[in-house]
Amino acid sequence: MMRMLKTMPPTAILGVLVIAAYAVIALFAPLLAPHAEAQIVGAQFEPWSAAYPLGTDTLGRDMLSRLIWGARNTVGVALVTTALAFGIGAIAGLLAAALGGWADLALSRLVDVLMAVPALILTLLALSALGPGVANLVVVVAILDSTRVFRLARATAMNVMVMDYVEAAQLRGEGTWWIISREVLPNISAPLIAEFGLRFCFVFLTISALSFLGLGLPPPMADWGAMVRDNAALITFGDITPLLPAACIAVLTVSVNFVVDWMLHRASGLKD
Amino acid sequence: MSAAEARRRPILRMIAGRLGIGVFTLFVISVLIFLAVSLLPGDIAQQVLGQSATPETVAAFRRELGLDQPLAWRYLDWVGGVLSGDFGRSLANGRPVADLLAARLGNTMFLAAYAAVIAVPLAVGLGLLAALWRGSWFDRIANVATLSAISFPEFFIAYILMFWLSVRMGWFPSIADPGASPRLAEMLGRAFLPAITLVLVVTAHMMRMTRAAVVNVLGAPYVTMARLKGVSRWRVVTRHALPNALAPIVNVVALNVAWLITGVVIVEVVFVYPGLGQLMVDSVTNRDIPVVQACALIFAAVYILLNLLADVLAIATNPRLLHPR
Repeated sequence: MMRMLKTMPPTAILGVLVIAAYAVIALFAPLLAPHAEAQIVGAQFEPWSAAYPLGTDTLGRDMLSRLIWGARNTVGVALVTTALAFGIGAIAGLLAAALGGWADLALSRLVDVLMAVPALILTLLALSALGPGVANLVVVVAILDSTRVFRLARATAMNVMVMDYVEAAQLRGEGTWWIISREVLPNISAPLIAEFGLRFCFVFLTISALSFLGLGLPPPMADWGAMVRDNAALITFGDITPLLPAACIAVLTVSVNFVVDWMLHRASGLKD
Repeated sequence: MSAAEARRRPILRMIAGRLGIGVFTLFVISVLIFLAVSLLPGDIAQQVLGQSATPETVAAFRRELGLDQPLAWRYLDWVGGVLSGDFGRSLANGRPVADLLAARLGNTMFLAAYAAVIAVPLAVGLGLLAALWRGSWFDRIANVATLSAISFPEFFIAYILMFWLSVRMGWFPSIADPGASPRLAEMLGRAFLPAITLVLVVTAHMMRMTRAAVVNVLGAPYVTMARLKGVSRWRVVTRHALPNALAPIVNVVALNVAWLITGVVIVEVVFVYPGLGQLMVDSVTNRDIPVVQACALIFAAVYILLNLLADVLAIATNPRLLHPR
């Protein structure tokens, strides 16, 4: 563990520290935030002061409190979505690789079609048909994002499926599920874990973009993307407050990317 | 094209084949976009008229929309209309969708082209340099900078630029309406902020991918061979590495230009730019399905077309790809 820390580049260490800080803030949001997320505490657009360190928003809610609550809501929804996308994509990809034949062909063509069009366009289309709401948002983004996980899981699993030990397991008469979970999965976990970080960034940015467009978490929940949108008018008056939630998003994705970059670098075995 | 001719001209056959795949993909996507309507809980007539509408009005409206026809028939009707430039009518204001699209499509294309013209040479140039000077301080700074730019939400970059260049400096307008300005220079100035936002985002992606492609080629044995022969560094790059890196670079460029299509949606909303993306977002919020379908179809068609073009160009610059294993 200590040796790993020593070989970590400074960017990766910074990334790990920032991610840990976000986790603490998200977990202890109710204790850390001075006010409730939907509580109206003052006038609209109050400037930064001792009572309201970052001022108040369009409705007079405390900006700092909403930033802290946002860590819980926005990151939480993104995590759930990523986990769902990962579950769907990894299971479908592993099944496609293990079963082969028609199942593989059908799943692969379906993924080809979904990936032939920008995901944001399909997301907007699906959300306009299904209507807004957290559940719809999570499911739609997860399904569209699972296509990337599917491709990676299928490709890496294919490489493992041709190994002798898999053939031995098949000859022993092991079932498909046993082969997937005991022989294939442990051998492809490293690239999948790195992919989880990348997918999280992507899902997080997509959900932030959607909530910025007004299609994210329903108000009055504090949500970083929507907070930028709601308070954007302040920017034209030279106030940087609306940039803070966007900066929170950016700092987290940069940190995750730094860590993933280091993990990929290590996994590829490249030594500069 | 006769069979004998096709055998003599594999490249034509390849283009025809890719075109076929592209048209088929577009067909499947159009079915998907069409079916989005039937995902609606209840149906579109009920949705528009609301719960309080009498069954008679709903039935009449259904007939007006053609919802009493079978699904396949409605699809053919819709596609037939689209092919002849008729996208139906907006549910929100009853205007023909084609009229709404006409003015905005041009604006979006202008913005995307503006960004692409700046971003492509910049990204390819910087990517080449980063690959050539691999491991240098330039490469490291470029790595951190592009990684950060990729991780930023588009609207963050857009608002930072707006804050500094428009609000603080007052150089550019923060609301980018190109209007029907007769002078190109004025249009370029007005659309500068959205365009430069797109440039920053796309350049970061494109530069990283270009660097990866060139690094890959520079590792090839024939490059080592050329070095060992004593060929000058410049000649190694221009004569040995670049021609072979061209195919991946072309792919990268097309992929990112196609990616501009989605970037455009957010940037247009930030700068209140009257383009297709903003129209689509507004229509999603209003659940104006015919308009959303039309926008999605146009975005999808452009995206598929660009990817097709990239495939064809990549194969044309690298004949080895004509004969897949």
